Amino acid sequence: MTPFTPVLELRDVRKTYRLPRGQKLKAVDGISLRVMPGEMLGLVGESGCGKSTLGRCMLRLDDVSSGQVLFEGRDITTLSERKLRPLRPGMQMVFQNSTAALNPRRRVGDLLAEPLRVHPGPDGRRRTAATITARLHELMALVGLPASALARYPHAFSGGQRQRINIARALALSPRLVVADEPVSALDVSVQAQIVNLFADLRARLGLTYVFVAHDLAVVRQISTRVAVMYLGAIVECGETDAVLHAPAHPYTAALTAAVPRPVVGAAPAMLLRGDVPSPVNRPAGCRFHTRCPQAQVRCGVEEPLLRAIRPGHEVACHYPLGGEHRKV
Amino acid sequence: MIPTLLRRLGQTLFVLFGVSVLVFAVFFATPGADPTARIAGRNASPQIMEKVRREYGFDRALPVQYMTMMKKLFITRDLASYADRGELVVPQIEQAAPVTACLVCGAAFIWVSASIIMGTLAAAFRDTWVDRTLMLAGLVGISIPVFWLGQVTNLITQSRYHDTWLFSWVPGLGYVPFSEDPGGWFRALVIPWVVLAVMFIGIYSRVLRADLVALAGEDFMRTARAKGLSPTRVMLRHGLRTALVTFVSLFGLDFAQLVGGGALLTEVVFGLPGVGRLTYRALTNLDLPVIMATVMYSAIFVVVANAVVDMVYLLLDPRVRDAR
Amino acid sequence: MPADPMPLLDVRNLCVSVPANGGMIRLVENVSFCVDEAEIVGLVGESGSGKSVTAMALMGLIDSPGVQVRGSARFRGQELVGMAPRALRALRGRDIAMIFQDPMTAFTPVYTIGWQIDEQIRAHERLSRRAARARTVQLLAEMGVPDPARTAQRYPHQLSGGLRQRAMIAMALSCNPTLLIADEPTTALDVTVQAQILELLRGLRHSHGSSVLLITHDMGVVAQTCARTLVLYSGRMAESGPTATLFARPAHPYTAALLDSIPPLYGPRPHRLPAIAGLPPTPRERPAGCAFGPRCAHVHATCLPAPPALASIGPGQQAACVLPAEGTPLPPRATAQATQP
Repeated sequence: MTPFTPVLELRDVRKTYRLPRGQKLKAVDGISLRVMPGEMLGLVGESGCGKSTLGRCMLRLDDVSSGQVLFEGRDITTLSERKLRPLRPGMQMVFQNSTAALNPRRRVGDLLAEPLRVHPGPDGRRRTAATITARLHELMALVGLPASALARYPHAFSGGQRQRINIARALALSPRLVVADEPVSALDVSVQAQIVNLFADLRARLGLTYVFVAHDLAVVRQISTRVAVMYLGAIVECGETDAVLHAPAHPYTAALTAAVPRPVVGAAPAMLLRGDVPSPVNRPAGCRFHTRCPQAQVRCGVEEPLLRAIRPGHEVACHYPLGGEHRKV
Repeated sequence: MIPTLLRRLGQTLFVLFGVSVLVFAVFFATPGADPTARIAGRNASPQIMEKVRREYGFDRALPVQYMTMMKKLFITRDLASYADRGELVVPQIEQAAPVTACLVCGAAFIWVSASIIMGTLAAAFRDTWVDRTLMLAGLVGISIPVFWLGQVTNLITQSRYHDTWLFSWVPGLGYVPFSEDPGGWFRALVIPWVVLAVMFIGIYSRVLRADLVALAGEDFMRTARAKGLSPTRVMLRHGLRTALVTFVSLFGLDFAQLVGGGALLTEVVFGLPGVGRLTYRALTNLDLPVIMATVMYSAIFVVVANAVVDMVYLLLDPRVRDAR
Repeated sequence: MPADPMPLLDVRNLCVSVPANGGMIRLVENVSFCVDEAEIVGLVGESGSGKSVTAMALMGLIDSPGVQVRGSARFRGQELVGMAPRALRALRGRDIAMIFQDPMTAFTPVYTIGWQIDEQIRAHERLSRRAARARTVQLLAEMGVPDPARTAQRYPHQLSGGLRQRAMIAMALSCNPTLLIADEPTTALDVTVQAQILELLRGLRHSHGSSVLLITHDMGVVAQTCARTLVLYSGRMAESGPTATLFARPAHPYTAALLDSIPPLYGPRPHRLPAIAGLPPTPRERPAGCAFGPRCAHVHATCLPAPPALASIGPGQQAACVLPAEGTPLPPRATAQATQP
């Protein structure tokens, strides 16, 4: 593996759920993506856009319907659970609901030791009790909890502390890739900032690669180097964080950033989008956003725009991207 | 809505077919046992054995045997009980079914009304003495075995205090058809009704109270109160109406199993010639055709009642309506 | 003090206590604020700050056994605390209406939206079913619900989150309340839909002349919506004042720290967010002194013996902090967030 091999690569990944009455829900609708080592990719979008499903597909927690998932250059799309197991330590997930992700009847120490007992150590042999204990203390220090926390049960902790425990569990096996699904959205602002900082610290110390699934653009901006904006199962815009958020090329990204209520009195009132997100069961033909797009033209209702680069490293799926370029088209 | 109902009907028929095959298999296709001997009863003569064998086609393939049995049950309805000197089985069930139906429907009416009142009151007066008294009464009701309660009431109303003004109206044990004497029918059934209902009142009122108390913490109950509705209206129109959804599903199953013969003990204690007592008698003298017929009959009832509950569910809960 | 002699809602020293382990625990302690006619006031705090409890206490909706509500809350001069249940009920839904966080669970699932709005109208006014439904449909239309007559006949689960919240607001407005209490009305919604609902709430002042008490944890929502803001911390008031002043010159270290801990969407990206260490205390373990003391960067001896009293800082601004009185007020916020890129 060279430094230029993506940690994670998705090739035209689709995930379709079958519903009663023969309907199909295209939760993920043809996504291609590369996450390079050390990168922090933010995956943003509104509820139902498929970002969480995509996050689960990345780690093969969900099987994809078609397309390929490559982890460190290796195709894991169809690997059996048994063949996948040796790869699991390299890729871990942090979930949104910190309470539900922790078994309430087991002590934190047990919860964290479990992956260490199940998976062999770096030398290929089972870890000894002493190594495991040492590792547990290391993990506690890493996420900023006292070692005494190991002897307690999850309910004794606040939401923020539980999320730290979850992060410690994800880190137990020294993964290279961590996918975090809305890791801070259930937390209060002051605690949220602590966890956001923790993610940044961990990246600096451990050289992790992250994918953050989140709906809060300000949080995503704080922790990602690159952002992919999803709408109804597809990426509509992708690029370097501030380029996407500050000079959005897709009208949806523009509306999304404008709609965030900023803690600034007298900020320009939001540009309002009409209506709600359409159901992913029967998504609009043509551009998936054209039903709510303020700039929609006739062509948008007919022809689906494909993701294309408007600048190096900045891709957008729009026939008439914002920023003046569309005048030439 | 209509396609949903049709689909449900199709499912019901399919399940009924499955049940009949299963019942048939258990009774007649068990390896190592000769069904002929079972039908013919104990100590049957070789002639009768031969007759039974030919009549039921036990010398032929299993599907043929199954078809013969179903024909005898549902079409010619001449399934005969050899243990009981050739008495026809189906008419016996037809006679017994209305008795059971009357018993169970009456009891159901009592237990549903009583438990709704008790459960709602207990929930409305949660954690007060009203709540505690009602729930204790419910617990007592659950703990009393129905045969014991029946015997004790019989003892009181039939012998001990029968001659006092209080119980002189109580008729002797047994059943009076409604068509003959509505008053007598009512007098004969009212005590069995209450006795059968007691345990269910206990269970249902406790379940309903628990549901209502859980619902009281729901957001929509808070909304209803924030709208300025009276506590009674909040409790009945919003709480009880929503709690009825679980209540109905519980009721459907209990009702079906009672009609299908589950009221056996009550019927036996009060000498009511219902399906339960028929089964009881058939069991005591190993009358296989009757046992099989009653099992089929009760299976049909449980399946049909389940289907009815599903339909009521559709009416009660719009979410279920859309999910199908 | 404004010239207006009587505010619409005047809350003074409101305390809410619940019994626990033989004693009483104060969930809300001495909260005072007022809401004027056609004004939007924000009640901000993190979870457990007592913001929702305050609202529920005002509406008389706390019914757990043994709860004590003390203090005074005057609505148009009428005392709400200790008001007879029947009288309070007549007020609820008619003069003071409430909308809740999760529109999914806030409607009774087994009735149509229209039925539930009709019900509220008919609970307070003698109107025929048809007249009530006509008003319901009109209200839904005013709230921007497409095809209102048919939407009224649909069940809550059949509508999207945004539509449900619009229907919820329509229901709340059905009897023309003068005060609308909105408890986290947009928290469960997506940002683009949140923007629509906030726009709707802002418009209510003009269209219906309603005042809004907006309860939220989101400083962004407050900044965009509220004229005045009240910051709660651990059941006590930390600070209150005109929103613009509060954001530009927060007088309480908690307000300042809370604002700083929000990641900025524009402007320079801080290497680390200035997070507040530790956690808010639960009501049970609230310290004797300033509740924010243990997490405060400016804590010193005077903060510890008793909770600092609310002190007037400037026009309409008050803070429960000893710093201004000691002559060392907080500086205006240096890291004020840029508005645009």
